[in-house]
Amino acid sequence: MSVPTKLQEPHLARRHRIDKAFEWVCCGSTWFGVVVLGMLLLSVGWKALTWPPSKAKLPSSPVATVEATSSSAPLSTRFFSSYDSRKPREAGILAAIWGSLWLIVLVALFSVPIGVGSAVYLEEYANDGRLKRIIQVNLSNLAGVPSIVYALLGMTAFVKMFGFFTKDEGKSLVINLLFTTVDVPLPFDRTLISGALTLTLLVLPTVIVASQEALRAVPSSIRTASYALGATQWQTIRYQVIPAAMPGIMTGVILALSRAMGEAAPLMLIGALTYVAYTPGDITSVSDIFKNPHGLLDAPFDKFTALPLQIYQWINHPRAEYGHLAAAGIMVLLTILLLMNTVAIVIRHKFQKCTRW
Amino acid sequence: MSLANAVSPLTPPKTGLRLQKQFSWARAREAGVRAVLLGCASLSLLTTLAIVYMFLTEAVYSVTPGTTAFFQEVSLWNFLADTEWSPQFADKHFGILPLLCGTFVIAGIGSLIGLPIGLAAAIYLSEYAKPKFRRMMKPVLEVLAGIPSVVYGYFALVFVTPYALRPIFQSLLGIDVDIFNAMSAGVVLGVMIIPTVCSLSEDALRAVPRGLREAGYALGSTKYDVSLKVVVPAAFSGIVASFLLAISRAIGETMAVCIAAGQMPRLSLNPFRSMETMTAYMVGASLGDTPAGTIEYKSLYAVGFTLFLITLGMNILANWVMNRFREVYE
Amino acid sequence: MTIMQSFTELVHQRQQRESAKRNRPVESEVTKLDVRNLNFFYGEKQALFDVSMTVAERAVTAFIGPSGCGKSTFLRALNRMNDIIEGAHHNGTVLLEGQEIYAPDVDVVSLRKRVGMVFQKSTPFPKSIFDNVAYGPKIAGQRNHKGLSEIVEQSLKRAALWDEVKDRLQDSALALSGGQQQRLCIARALATNPDVLLMDEPASALDPASTSRVEDLIFELKQNYTIVIVTHNMQQAARISDWTAFFYQGYLIEKDHTQKLFTTPKKKQTEDYITGRFG
Repeated sequence: MSVPTKLQEPHLARRHRIDKAFEWVCCGSTWFGVVVLGMLLLSVGWKALTWPPSKAKLPSSPVATVEATSSSAPLSTRFFSSYDSRKPREAGILAAIWGSLWLIVLVALFSVPIGVGSAVYLEEYANDGRLKRIIQVNLSNLAGVPSIVYALLGMTAFVKMFGFFTKDEGKSLVINLLFTTVDVPLPFDRTLISGALTLTLLVLPTVIVASQEALRAVPSSIRTASYALGATQWQTIRYQVIPAAMPGIMTGVILALSRAMGEAAPLMLIGALTYVAYTPGDITSVSDIFKNPHGLLDAPFDKFTALPLQIYQWINHPRAEYGHLAAAGIMVLLTILLLMNTVAIVIRHKFQKCTRW
Repeated sequence: MSLANAVSPLTPPKTGLRLQKQFSWARAREAGVRAVLLGCASLSLLTTLAIVYMFLTEAVYSVTPGTTAFFQEVSLWNFLADTEWSPQFADKHFGILPLLCGTFVIAGIGSLIGLPIGLAAAIYLSEYAKPKFRRMMKPVLEVLAGIPSVVYGYFALVFVTPYALRPIFQSLLGIDVDIFNAMSAGVVLGVMIIPTVCSLSEDALRAVPRGLREAGYALGSTKYDVSLKVVVPAAFSGIVASFLLAISRAIGETMAVCIAAGQMPRLSLNPFRSMETMTAYMVGASLGDTPAGTIEYKSLYAVGFTLFLITLGMNILANWVMNRFREVYE
Repeated sequence: MTIMQSFTELVHQRQQRESAKRNRPVESEVTKLDVRNLNFFYGEKQALFDVSMTVAERAVTAFIGPSGCGKSTFLRALNRMNDIIEGAHHNGTVLLEGQEIYAPDVDVVSLRKRVGMVFQKSTPFPKSIFDNVAYGPKIAGQRNHKGLSEIVEQSLKRAALWDEVKDRLQDSALALSGGQQQRLCIARALATNPDVLLMDEPASALDPASTSRVEDLIFELKQNYTIVIVTHNMQQAARISDWTAFFYQGYLIEKDHTQKLFTTPKKKQTEDYITGRFG
């Protein structure tokens, strides 16, 4: 009477149950990533903040072990100010931090001009012809090449330079810069510059594609208006298009650099996995730069280590204490990466709000 | 009075009209800048050429007199059919099969975990979630994607194997679980590809026109029906492409599998034993500091070349799928 | 014929205002631009058919016609803005003071410095007011800050915007109102010191008050500049122009003194258009 029987579809209740269950499965999947991320941070954090109780003390009172763990956690100031060591309690990440810092700066120096330049050429100069299509397809394929292949390329092209310089092994090219000279080893061998160039090749496709997107988002009316004032194409790009696209470019570059910062595989094949007890150019603080400015020029040609490499080395170490050092190193690395990501997100949000055309 | 009359410094005497091009630094700079930018853009082509040149000369046919490439010493048949990989022993075998087996077992486990979860998360974010939840979740997924591979490897070694795999499989089911095992590597690999699958699939799902969904609801469908029977089929090409790209990434992943699965080339399907992938072999071989010119050193390039061809093939396939079927809904 | 009468009235008012102010003949005798047999194509599609026209110096020439009639294309052909569009090509001659602007040895950049342009939608750069106006002289090599300030001030004064913005030159140009933005764009075009100013429906996106300010400004500017303006508003053409050209479907139907064109058009199509029978 009140409810027409026709609407009482027999399967309706079951269909609603399926619907609900499906929603829960999907929701759970979304949270899965968060849960794993949480577990990862917790387990690494817990490992980083504790030393294993030494075997002798294990049977004794738990109070003593607690004291032992809290007093000598690996994340202390000494951890940041000392080099790797054969004694786990004296090992630190000084060389690795400076190595990573140098890598990031060099990769930024190489990849930003080349990446933005390529993007500008593809978006502003190239007409939609064959060349542009080939470069574009090539870029999307390069972006999918595994990092280990770039590692092989870096080893062949930079460390050994295709064997072109094998005859004069150990020779170096002395470049005169008027006020000082720089020794450039040829081939580059296992130095910072090899690592930086390899990582540059690795991140370039990402930087180019991100910059292209940022340039494409700049309205064409800006370009037309600039041309109408008698600006040349380069002036238009230099003074109008690139400044307008800058926030987008910056976001892409920072994300790409943070990816480069975490990469270990390319550096392993470069052969950077060695015991290094000095920092590039012997610079361990800002004041060292003023004391020894020539170190800035020497640094790119020094042997080096980097955070992810140091971490891998500690993970691979048979002694259990090094596992905790690895965890501490991971905490440092993740903190730096999180900071970089935050900066990128903040830039994106700030300019999304401000810019209106 | 007119403002225009008061202006004098602006109007210098116009010395006739000269429109002709004349040499100026501005014009020279214009041409120079263009050339430099073209150089930047062709650098990516040069990279590809260098990769191809490297593989051809080191693996296929050496151009330097007095040296030989990998396949000039080991026949292609041996490489593909031999079931043993032991370059560092006296009795050298160069059969890629154990490495391929390790690679595909681990990537397979990763895909079984990562693809469905990634897709389900994408469906949730695009069909169910409120915009606020999506805005909150996106950065979390970005962070997940930004965690270095070494960290995942460590996580597999110190958490997944001892606290998840061993209690379940060893204590409960009585299966021996090695400390280095393919399973833990596969699990973290699955987590690693979730962000890729999720964000690419979500893009594909959101590109499905709203009219299609509304038509589905108008026929009395539940959200489940619309999502799985209308939206997912409509976005099928994009989802397949995201799967292919994710699998290709899983195959090329290096540090996590190298740390978690160990370095024992083994032709077996038991996921609880240690296995070696192509990428892990390359890392391992470089650790021993193999001198250039030896056959072990050259084997790096042979393995790298195989890996390169596999991933390149999958990427090309993914792009083809995406472009081939895209026009359907535009 | 009430529409015709209203146009006559508008033109008459304008002439009175003009003679009262300057006591100068309405039309100038000197030819600034001379276009002969111009055909223009976008790829396969022909947009202009055999257009010949002269533009007088220091006068306002208005182009009217229904949308898609080719008037904007013709305007953009005068400073080669169409070069940016892919597949655009032409034949015929465009002479600026007797020089062919499409000759292979002509530098587009120096041409555009002489023939400035203002667009329908105001396009301020996302920079400060000062930087917007200073942009043209700066890229032309003017680096001296004092010189730049002077040019900015004079240009803004000419564009009748100075009094409104002189206290906030460093503010973002995007913060200005629509009418102010359009006058800023005019100031910006003036700062490069052009001879000819092309305006593509400069007031169509503005409210009536801003429109009237821009119209007053155009009236002032023709003292020193040759102005060509595209408009779809016939009253506007009647109010401000000395010459009017009517375009239809890519053809130049008729060009005459504004007064004559609006009162005694020679062609039937022109009459139909200005009396509102189509378009």
